[in-house]
Amino acid sequence: MASPDVRLDHKIIYSIVDPGARVLDLGCGEGDLLYLLVREKHVMAQGIEKDDRSIQECVKKGLSVFHDDIESGLREYPEHSFDFVILNQSMEEVRNVDSLIQDALRIGNKVIVGFPNFAYIKARLMMFFRGRAPITESLPYSWFDTPNVRFLSITDFREFCSEKDIRIISARYLGEKGIVRFLPNLMALNGIFVLAGS
Amino acid sequence: MTKEKNKNLSNSVGAVETKYFTFAGPGNELKLESGDILGPVTLAYETYGRLNRDRSNAILVCHALSGDAHAAGIHEGQDNAGWWDDMIGPGKAFDTGIYFVICSNVIAGCRGSTGPSSINPATGKPYAMDFPFITISDMVNAQRHLMDFLGIKRLLCVAGGSMGGMQVLQWVASYPDMVRAAIPIATTKKHSPQQIAFNETARQAIMADPAWRDGNYYGLDQPERGLAVARMIGHITFMSDQSMEEKFSRRLKKGRLNFNFDPEFEVEGYLHYRGANFVKRFDANSYLYLTKALDYFDLSGGKVIPVGKVIDTRFLVISFKSDWLYPSSQSQDIVRLLKRRNMDATYCELNSTYGHDAFLVEVEEQTTLIKHFLDKTHSGYMVADYYGIS
Repeated sequence: MASPDVRLDHKIIYSIVDPGARVLDLGCGEGDLLYLLVREKHVMAQGIEKDDRSIQECVKKGLSVFHDDIESGLREYPEHSFDFVILNQSMEEVRNVDSLIQDALRIGNKVIVGFPNFAYIKARLMMFFRGRAPITESLPYSWFDTPNVRFLSITDFREFCSEKDIRIISARYLGEKGIVRFLPNLMALNGIFVLAGS
Repeated sequence: MTKEKNKNLSNSVGAVETKYFTFAGPGNELKLESGDILGPVTLAYETYGRLNRDRSNAILVCHALSGDAHAAGIHEGQDNAGWWDDMIGPGKAFDTGIYFVICSNVIAGCRGSTGPSSINPATGKPYAMDFPFITISDMVNAQRHLMDFLGIKRLLCVAGGSMGGMQVLQWVASYPDMVRAAIPIATTKKHSPQQIAFNETARQAIMADPAWRDGNYYGLDQPERGLAVARMIGHITFMSDQSMEEKFSRRLKKGRLNFNFDPEFEVEGYLHYRGANFVKRFDANSYLYLTKALDYFDLSGGKVIPVGKVIDTRFLVISFKSDWLYPSSQSQDIVRLLKRRNMDATYCELNSTYGHDAFLVEVEEQTTLIKHFLDKTHSGYMVADYYGIS
């Protein structure tokens, strides 16, 4: 991978995706991750994004993107349309998480989910000592302007997967200075999970 | 449709000429979807830019209901630029420095191609109502003959808005292997009852005009009042509530109410002006036949991409938020189909207030999308078996 200024979560997802894979990125934004995957790993990329300005940026990068809501945008896809469905930093903005993840597992062989960890130590300290809604590097918004509607921890997500019979193939945890290997629910800003159907 | 004259000629294709191609002579008539035949058939067409050596840079642009072959540049001695001049030219969305752009007048039209006002060789008189019914698929078949004549085996792209967008979808349905990329804009894969209803109202306005004479008005005045009303109805559907508010509000032509039935409000004056201008350049019978072609259009049930057929056409679907004549929901229906078939596609709903007219006037954002989409397509990026199509 050429550029050193690639975001850490993108680097990790990049390392997970196989070359030449069929990839769908849900909430692909301006397409930085997809562009990286197309350029370096020659994946067959498709994005879904709700913001029309971002779509223009994707098209400038030569990416194919649907202007759509990720919650309603998956229904039409046949089963196993993709090798990887990526849901990075967008699940927390979704109301019906369960059906979205089930849909993603239906159309993708593997689903990569990346989300901010609400139980990160700084968030806990902010709650506990200052009595304030947490604002961290991975949760940078004030309570009144956050797009997030779901707040979860790494432990919460593990429990969700076990309850829903979703297989966790692997998990990576990201801290301020890189990969976290110790007490991830306390020390990680973000978690990235690779899931498959049961 | 609403279109400001383009005064900036610095990036224009410049002076252009309409050319004519005639085919389907005796014994080789064009077989129509209705079962009728038509021949000979003349297509008026224009081209911009240069066809490259391996003939791989050709783009067919399809016009809407009232459009014609004059899509870009100006005709010698006249100052009206083509209907999509803002989009076609050096450095523009359809960059004539790179691409060879073709536009032809549809059959059943009245701007140089064979239509109801053309002479019927069997009678020596204009066809009028003896003209056979034409469908979008017939229009595309005729264009296919023009591509054969020009020696183009595969089009880099077929693009168009509204009725032009239907031709784009029909091209994919009829000749998928000839279409590398498709750009259907502000269009639908089937005409809805609301769309049919507006067209029928327009047709009835024409046919209720005594001057229509069952279509046999050639040599006399055409049914101008009926055609003007038909066009006024059309213009209402091309605008949005918001764009009409911005353009006219309740402003009065003479600054005060006169309590009479002359056009008092600016919006009335605008519609009258549009209607009066339209009858100067458009044949009423063509309007009847073309609106019928729109109403017959139905590529639902997977007909855009026949089941089992593997095609590698890339799609760029564009709609406009305020377009209520061809609403975004219809473009989204197209997109759903593309997803079901795992097609490589981009869809964008642009945030315009101009209603259906937006496809002619929203230049900047359409340019960004189309220019880069074409660039990606043209740079030789192959997507065959992209997603292991079912």
